[in-house]
Amino acid sequence: MLVFVIRRVLISIPVLIASTMLTFVIVKLSGDPLTYLKTRQSTVSKAEKQAFINQEAHRLWLDRSWPTQYWHWISNILLHWNWGPPVTGHDNVASDVFTAFGITARLVLVSIAIALILAVITGVISAVKQYSLTDYTTTLLGFIFLSMPTFWFAILLKEFGLKINQWTGSHFFGTIGDRSIPITDHSFGGSLKDIIGHMILPTIVLGLVGYAAWSRFTRASMLEVLNSDYVRLARSKGLSPRTVMIRHALRTALIPLTTVTALDVAALLGGAIVTENVFQWRGMGTLFLTALRAVDFNVMLGWLLVTATIVIAFNLIADILYGVLDPRIRHA
Amino acid sequence: MLETHETLKEGTQPGGPGVDKPTLTEREFTVKERKQWQMALRRFLRHRAAVVSLVVFVLLVLFAFVLPYFWHYKYTEFVSLCTQSNGLAGPCSPSLKHPFGTDSTHDMLAVTMRGTGQSLKVAFLIAAVGTGAGALWGVVSGFFGGFVDSTLMRLADLVLTIPSLALAAALAHKGGGSLVLIGLILAGVAAPYVARVVRGVVLSLREREFIEAARALGASNTRIMFRHLLPNTIPVLLVNATLLIAQGILAETALSYVGFGIQSPDTSLGVLISTNQGAVENQPWLFYFPGVFIILIALSVNFIGDGLRDALDPRQTRERK
Repeated sequence: MLVFVIRRVLISIPVLIASTMLTFVIVKLSGDPLTYLKTRQSTVSKAEKQAFINQEAHRLWLDRSWPTQYWHWISNILLHWNWGPPVTGHDNVASDVFTAFGITARLVLVSIAIALILAVITGVISAVKQYSLTDYTTTLLGFIFLSMPTFWFAILLKEFGLKINQWTGSHFFGTIGDRSIPITDHSFGGSLKDIIGHMILPTIVLGLVGYAAWSRFTRASMLEVLNSDYVRLARSKGLSPRTVMIRHALRTALIPLTTVTALDVAALLGGAIVTENVFQWRGMGTLFLTALRAVDFNVMLGWLLVTATIVIAFNLIADILYGVLDPRIRHA
Repeated sequence: MLETHETLKEGTQPGGPGVDKPTLTEREFTVKERKQWQMALRRFLRHRAAVVSLVVFVLLVLFAFVLPYFWHYKYTEFVSLCTQSNGLAGPCSPSLKHPFGTDSTHDMLAVTMRGTGQSLKVAFLIAAVGTGAGALWGVVSGFFGGFVDSTLMRLADLVLTIPSLALAAALAHKGGGSLVLIGLILAGVAAPYVARVVRGVVLSLREREFIEAARALGASNTRIMFRHLLPNTIPVLLVNATLLIAQGILAETALSYVGFGIQSPDTSLGVLISTNQGAVENQPWLFYFPGVFIILIALSVNFIGDGLRDALDPRQTRERK
């Protein structure tokens, strides 16, 4: 088992390195970071302006070759934990990226957890009661969620939250930001209520992105297992339907779901960009969009590095879990 | 078809004078032979939601590309405004004259038709190019195996480590947001998914006897890939292309919403919703109609894809996102 884990971890490292190279190229292709200087109207002479642009380019290492720039960026992170300066400024973008990451991680993790639980429950029910009214309803709902633009639903839900606030005369559903500004109630209970109130709507939006796909997947995978020979055997030797369902069928059916969930983490992080934008959270999504508009390349590089690491880490965890759950993989 | 043809030749002049239909009575069973596509069609027609969706989808295409010729407002045409309850001139709410209402300058029905058309164009482009590129990628990877395969598949894995929305936004940023460019970028982002699926199919196909036979006859690698492997992946490709239309519409919408998609004056359903999101409370029709059309397109296409999968690929139960 240990050998299996170590091998998997070692495979991930070159993937991560290659991923940093790819993200570097993408960021380089996304635009010229000094456009804001080049297009700015200024009173100084052309030569002075050009001199300033050159100076800025030199400071940001933009006048070097791509491999040199890449090496400068990655070695600074690895050796000095310096993620590079923003385009206008001298400090380290690491703190920006990690603050935003904390906010988004909370949103994404809670969404994944809720979506997974709901998906497994409804997926199993509609597989067990195949072609029942419940099955048709959940299938139709799943299809509708799959076909709805995330942000359209988000705006709709935001409007709905505001209406409820109006009717009940409360401010329970927060629709702007991840906390109230200013924070009025500093007690533990008050903070919790504030955080939850702000989290509910975005979590529903993001959760549905995962839920729609995962419940369909659970249903399909459960149906396949329920029609397999070994489940028939388990039934025929007289085990109770409950034992067959939970100990024999469900365990096997859920194994592939780990991989699917891990693969969808990237999609959820993408969904978070849109969701945060609607609810004005200052998380990873907002950070990325602002950075992209200004071609703030160090922020984008940091963002993509963190995201790629998360996605690769989730794939790694799924691989290892798969090994734990399914001995055939581990010993292959 | 071939079989019936031969029996006809063997039998003496069917339908000729004095000979009463020898071909059918010679056989033990007189079951009508069905071709593969006829069986697929029957299976598809049995999927009721898919058939209804196909009708809806055809209507949507007509709505986008034909109806504009008959509607008396053009999407470029300025319309007169209505008097609001506060006495000021503003957008009209839905009425007989403007079934979808108006925004502050145009008839919303005309604009929605235009937006639906542009969105469909992008989606078709994504489906065609994404499936084509993915098929090529997957066939080459699966056929050659070894080093080529691992390089190409690691490349696909790499692309998948980046959220596709972020990837597409970054690539589209410099481009200026033309319809074709956005379509090509989103197709490129979708291709690795298709490549993975196609490679899986090719890996199992290439061990089959007919490939061995082709090789024994001296067929070149290119010929085997394009004449023998690729045609056999068509059922999978067709299902994937359909689902890509739905995903493409949604991806284009999201990209437009975050501001890196199609840019005005050109429009799409995504652009329409994002420009009108502030109107959800006061002029809700501006926000709801384009949204409903996106859902209708994506929903009908998803159901068609589901029906096609049942019809063409009965063994594949695994769900794709």
